[in-house]
Amino acid sequence: MTVQPANHGATDIDRRTLAVIESVARQVAAAIAAGELPEIALPRRGLANVRYDADKGYFELGEARKTRRLTAGTARIFAQTLRLMAVSRQLVADGDFATKREAYYVAKNWGVCRFGDQAESDAVMDDIEALASMYGLSREQLRFHPESHGGAVAGPLTVIDRGAVPGETIEIDCAALGSGAYSIPHSVEHLQFRTKARFILAIETGGMFQRLNNHRFWREANGILVELGGVPTRATRRFIRRLSDDCRLPVYCFTDCDPYGFANIYRTLKVGSGNAAHISPLFCVPKARFLGVTPKDIVDYDLGDATHPLSRVDEKRARDALANDPFFRRHRRWVAAIESLLKMGVRAEQQALAKWGLNYVIEKYLPRKLADRRSFLP
Amino acid sequence: MPEGDATHPTAFEMAARQRAISVSEFFLKNRHLLGFDSQSKAVVTTVREAVDNALDACEEAGILPEIAVEISRRGAALRVAVEDNGPGIVEGQIGRIFGKLLYGSRFHKLSQSRGQQGMGISAAGMYGQLTTGLPMHIISRIAGEAQAAELHVSIDTSRNRPDIHRKRHLDWDRPHGTRVEVEIEGRYQRGPHSVESYLKQTAIANPHVTLALRDPDGVEIRFQRSVETLPPLPSEIRPHPHGVELGQLIQMLSDADARTLRQFLERAFSRVGRKTADAIIERASAGLSARSYPRRIAHAEATRLHRAIAGTRISGPRTDCLAPIGEERLLEGLRKEIDASFYTVLTRRPAVYRGNPFQVEVGLAHGKPGRPYLEADDGSTRRRKRRGDREQPAQAADLPGRSDEPVRLLRFANRVPLLYQQPACAITRAATQINWRSYGLRQPKGGLPLAPMVMLVHVASVWVPFTSESKEAVASYPEILRELKLGLQDCGRRLARYLRRDRALRLAEAQRSRIETYLPHVGIALQEILEIGDAERERTVAALDAVLRRQRKI
Repeated sequence: MTVQPANHGATDIDRRTLAVIESVARQVAAAIAAGELPEIALPRRGLANVRYDADKGYFELGEARKTRRLTAGTARIFAQTLRLMAVSRQLVADGDFATKREAYYVAKNWGVCRFGDQAESDAVMDDIEALASMYGLSREQLRFHPESHGGAVAGPLTVIDRGAVPGETIEIDCAALGSGAYSIPHSVEHLQFRTKARFILAIETGGMFQRLNNHRFWREANGILVELGGVPTRATRRFIRRLSDDCRLPVYCFTDCDPYGFANIYRTLKVGSGNAAHISPLFCVPKARFLGVTPKDIVDYDLGDATHPLSRVDEKRARDALANDPFFRRHRRWVAAIESLLKMGVRAEQQALAKWGLNYVIEKYLPRKLADRRSFLP
Repeated sequence: MPEGDATHPTAFEMAARQRAISVSEFFLKNRHLLGFDSQSKAVVTTVREAVDNALDACEEAGILPEIAVEISRRGAALRVAVEDNGPGIVEGQIGRIFGKLLYGSRFHKLSQSRGQQGMGISAAGMYGQLTTGLPMHIISRIAGEAQAAELHVSIDTSRNRPDIHRKRHLDWDRPHGTRVEVEIEGRYQRGPHSVESYLKQTAIANPHVTLALRDPDGVEIRFQRSVETLPPLPSEIRPHPHGVELGQLIQMLSDADARTLRQFLERAFSRVGRKTADAIIERASAGLSARSYPRRIAHAEATRLHRAIAGTRISGPRTDCLAPIGEERLLEGLRKEIDASFYTVLTRRPAVYRGNPFQVEVGLAHGKPGRPYLEADDGSTRRRKRRGDREQPAQAADLPGRSDEPVRLLRFANRVPLLYQQPACAITRAATQINWRSYGLRQPKGGLPLAPMVMLVHVASVWVPFTSESKEAVASYPEILRELKLGLQDCGRRLARYLRRDRALRLAEAQRSRIETYLPHVGIALQEILEIGDAERERTVAALDAVLRRQRKI
């Protein structure tokens, strides 16, 4: 998979998107003209076709393809796939976008071809997205946007966005938004960045982000703060990926010390998930590292009396990660960390540091962690 | 017409065989036994008896039957008139044929014919007499005679004697034939137990017959013959020893002309030669010898003789006396009267029950052309169909019926439709005992299968065992049940083959139309993406359609 080159023009991506759609349509038309049953080759999205690429550092779809050939059984979904691609093409041409829900309603105009429910249209959309991902294109480039926007951003960063008039640009200084923050849009492909920051700090909770932003932590640390808000949305993941790629910034992840923080939030940000492996090449942030809170921090910062016992779900998630997750299994330090957490039988939240004072995290914890990057987990 | 030629007896010869049998008062009190138990049934029974007689007479005389049935209202009563182009009846016999119960040519001989006892038509007359007080009105002309005879006949029920009221000769525009008119208290109804239904079924089993009906409302229906030749006439046989009841044997002995028992056995029965006769006599032993005088044989000896007959091995009865409808004619009859998309017919080989030869024939007519029939209907379609039902009540004459209704079972005995007592009939029993699911039909437990199908079953025999004298249901002898089932199963297998093919075709058709609904959308998508014109889009869709057609070989 090709990684997006830095500083591409928006029109260039759009041209590639149109080219992909048109080449599929042309293949179908050519097959018909040659008197053959037309077919569309799509990557298999099942877990069986997902593997962890240690070199690239993320989950990736394998080579397995499913062929959607036009037959009695597939006539409907075949037509739907092509028509949804036509919608995508029109959106690109018009410079517009549609949310998944909107796309579902656009299809209501297709008569017998319309989708019965959104699950149906989402599945077809995922197929098209997987197809586009083979050419390094994301769903956002197909102009199908997710419902949820990205998290908040604050710090020494200028985001260069499109203006209302073509050619016009708007510059947003993320250090000049006061106690507020910049909100990552649904699609981030067209954004450009300018920064002198040294790193990106991805923060699990909105509360911690607020605290660090309000106390201008980013100024002393010279880092860009990004709020993840639980498992990061597509827009947040893509934003962090593009920002770190374009500006060559390391990404540090700051979550709770529990299996959810490791296996769901951090793992998804860094290597993606099996369910959406087809978007990994564009959405994963392989250079992310785990800053904390680590199980070792519980000991080092004496947080033992600010912890909660692991729930049964936590334990199951931890054991599952040790047994099945190729990412964790590959990293001995992670295995050791999770095992020690299981041994302690407790979890610690980011806020546990407040045990030593509300601003302990700003004054002591983060500076000390940032000074010793070898303590980060891979 | 070959009237009076060597092979067919003349009316005079036929008359010579007609004899008195029994009394009539019993039946006056038990009229339900003869099929006059309800007002609507009385009409059908009257028509049936007259038409059966007419058909038998025509066929025996070698005439292609042409029969007109007219039913008109006479005040509260109905007048039933049946007119045939038969040989006519000798004037001297008319009174006895119509005015005396159990007088006929059929009872004393064993051959396959519609009427058996000589009861029907005079019973109809008696019913009319009882309910309206009017005598039967008969006109009959024998070919070659200048005028027709007209008689009014009633029945002296206490003495079982005809009472002839008026008698005269008149000019009749028909060269030969008989017209019977009887006024009865009755109700004319439509539906499965109707005169029309009876005539239609008669037309199916007798494609050489032309039938016309004029109902009380003046509506005329005609069932035109489609076969121009008469079926072969069944030959007469002597009874087979194993089929004779004790009482019948005693009667035969007392009526015997033979001078010795051996002679009697050889003459009275089929399949009995000198050797078999001696074997029977030896087995009967005490008190009986080959030279015993038949008329003097006492009851006890007769009982022993009867047991001896049953214990003796005798070769089976001759079966060449049977005249089945035949597969060709049966198919013709079904095709002529029933609009279906699949027909199959089968004539089984003759078999024997209790010494009587019989033969089973089965015909199936399935589906309606132009009306899609899918056994694998989903629930919604079936619900929709059922809603439609309420608007359109089931028509009995609607053959075949709808796919969610039981098959229309048409039962025949010696070519006569059996309209009543379907549940009591061996034919129904056989049809419900078969597992039709294995032939691709739906079937409720213990019932007839559900399908748009006509199931025709004919039992031909020199002596059809009816459950009652009204001849409405065939008795369930194991041998008959077995033959019925084998015949139905054979036809069921053919039906299953057809249904499988039919279903595969329809499935392919359904898939094809499924594809066709989505093809235009492929065209639209390609047009939008590749920015092609309408003409090219149409071309692409047409090309795609051609590709699919070729791939699926439809």
